[in-house]
Amino acid sequence: MAAEPKQKGQIKEPLFHITKRDSIAWQKAWLIRIGAILFALVFSGIVSFLLTKENPLSIYATMLDGAFGTERRVWNLMQSLAMLLCVSVAVTPAFKMRFWNIGAEGQVLAGGLATAACMILFGNKLPSPLLLLVMLIVSIAAGAVWAVIPAFFRAHWQTNETLFTLMMNYIAIQLVSFFVYKWSVPKGSGQVGIINRATHAGWLPTLGKYEYLLNILIVLLVTVTMFVYLKYSKHGYEITVVGESENTARYIGIPVKKVIIRTMLISGAVCGIAGFLLVSGTDHTISRDTAGGRSFTAIMVSWLAKFNPIFMVLTSFLLAFLDKGASQVSTQLGLNKSFSDIITGIIIFFIIGCEFFIQYKVQFREKEAKAS
Amino acid sequence: MMLANFLQRAIMQGIPLLYGSTGEIITEKSGNLNLGIPGIMYVGGISGVIGAFFYEQHAASLNPVLAVMIPLFCSILGSLLMGLIYSFLTVTLRANQNVTGLALTTFGVGVGNFFGGSLAKLAGSDIPSINLTQTSGFFRKQLFAAGDSGWFGQIFLSHSFLAYASIVISLVTAYVLSHTRIGLQLRAVGENPATADAAGINVGKYKYFATCIGSVTAGLGGLYYVMDYANGVWSNDGFGDRGWLAIALVIFAVWRPNFSILGSILFGGLYIVHMYIRNLDVSGQELFKMLPYVVTILFLIVISMRRKREAQPPAHLGQSYFREER
Repeated sequence: MAAEPKQKGQIKEPLFHITKRDSIAWQKAWLIRIGAILFALVFSGIVSFLLTKENPLSIYATMLDGAFGTERRVWNLMQSLAMLLCVSVAVTPAFKMRFWNIGAEGQVLAGGLATAACMILFGNKLPSPLLLLVMLIVSIAAGAVWAVIPAFFRAHWQTNETLFTLMMNYIAIQLVSFFVYKWSVPKGSGQVGIINRATHAGWLPTLGKYEYLLNILIVLLVTVTMFVYLKYSKHGYEITVVGESENTARYIGIPVKKVIIRTMLISGAVCGIAGFLLVSGTDHTISRDTAGGRSFTAIMVSWLAKFNPIFMVLTSFLLAFLDKGASQVSTQLGLNKSFSDIITGIIIFFIIGCEFFIQYKVQFREKEAKAS
Repeated sequence: MMLANFLQRAIMQGIPLLYGSTGEIITEKSGNLNLGIPGIMYVGGISGVIGAFFYEQHAASLNPVLAVMIPLFCSILGSLLMGLIYSFLTVTLRANQNVTGLALTTFGVGVGNFFGGSLAKLAGSDIPSINLTQTSGFFRKQLFAAGDSGWFGQIFLSHSFLAYASIVISLVTAYVLSHTRIGLQLRAVGENPATADAAGINVGKYKYFATCIGSVTAGLGGLYYVMDYANGVWSNDGFGDRGWLAIALVIFAVWRPNFSILGSILFGGLYIVHMYIRNLDVSGQELFKMLPYVVTILFLIVISMRRKREAQPPAHLGQSYFREER
């Protein structure tokens, strides 16, 4: 707001003014972030108290119990962490390029649909290792195709990618609905049910007695690969430059169109892997909720981690924990499970808000005597 | 009269989209891309439901004026709060608009479903589901007593006051945006905030007001959906993806609220056309439900290829403004 001159010669200084920080010590930045999360937890405790009239401390205890209470819960937490992480890693290269791909939901579904199709069509015709390989390749291809279509138009005609990818989500959802009705067991029920329940054909094998271990390992591999790819490869550098400024990229001879399409191809391919893991390694079925809104959460995970795949392990842990914990609270109190969305929303608002204090410095007006 | 019936249903489907897209146009003209609209529309709907619920629970007999005004006021208040959260984060704290918007949608849909599913339990009453037929009756009252005067009456005169309000609001918005000083300054803020700032326009104030007015407008769409379209029965996730469709409609209407009136009827029609095609099995219906999205994509491609200047989004859409950063 502009300062209004009161009288000639005496200018009223605003109460505070804001300057951009050049840099901030990482300890201080993390202190601000952790402080914001603590504030957010206290605030959501208050909100929970107002809604449920339960002791906030016991709500926190319930949340911890919901996430870590039993060995099974820990595995479930790890599994949902891994799936969220996989989608987050998938959207990251595109975001680093400032390509707002909010269509991961559709890309994951396309991958999942391809996996399910292979399981149903070739379920008992191919030997298991070959079947799994075919499933993986087809789902990667499906995810990639779903991502490349908007990228192609964005690269050539600047078509708005945010809205394009968003619309692609719903086309994928309807496509899945279409096939779910086609394949439904029993006919017309609108549900596919567990695919190959008897033969387990096309099911991702379980390592030892740990059902989700293979999923988690695959996701870790994908995460580390993506970290290396973004940080140390020439492609990763090109992505960063295109993200900073397309004109600079063009000037130094980076083929911008090619980079956009290639990066989205990779983004979609990883989404396809996520779809594969969800159908073959987790649910063993397909429905329009297979992606389960993960892609929107993934965008927040990726952004909170500053597009660094390794930090994403932490941020997706935070969100997966909140989700599991808050759903335990709602089950125990007999409330609607959307309670966890409210808590997640509040925490993300706080974290988004605290970035301001990391990037900018607020300086208050000095005392009158000092100033003059 | 199947066609008349189809058009009437299409308009009813279109009204929430019209509210949402008008709200989003106002917001986007200030340079804020608010992806929180779907969440805001849920909050607008559920706030109205909460207001109506408590009024129905506590009043011995319902006063028609209060029964409409209380939910309306609550709905406006709820969406206003959502708009303030978004503006505070993106304008004052300069947060990333896409992330803030998506978080707002998660939050808003969560609030809607949470209260929709738990309101009765939280309020300690023993009814199994929220059913506000009485309040809805007041909302659905036809403004013109012409429901049975032939096809014209059925299509154009059979609607409730919120439906006509949506059209009035979008016409007024169209006028304000293109014919008044406020509209001009708002567009300047969206196109180039630095220039607007230099010209003495208070950028932050315009962004705040535009976003909040936009949110309130969009929230009314949620209220219309619950009270008119769904007969006062809240069902979780019942509102579905209409919020996203409203954002798509903004592009379809090339950022002009008067175009979105026709666009909303078209989208509404595409949304329900599968019910009017004979011999369509369930899986075929699912394919038909793709139509609005496919049409939007095709349109998006066409406008980006034609590159007409009037059909482009505001130049600074999606970016925060910081005066000292040039």
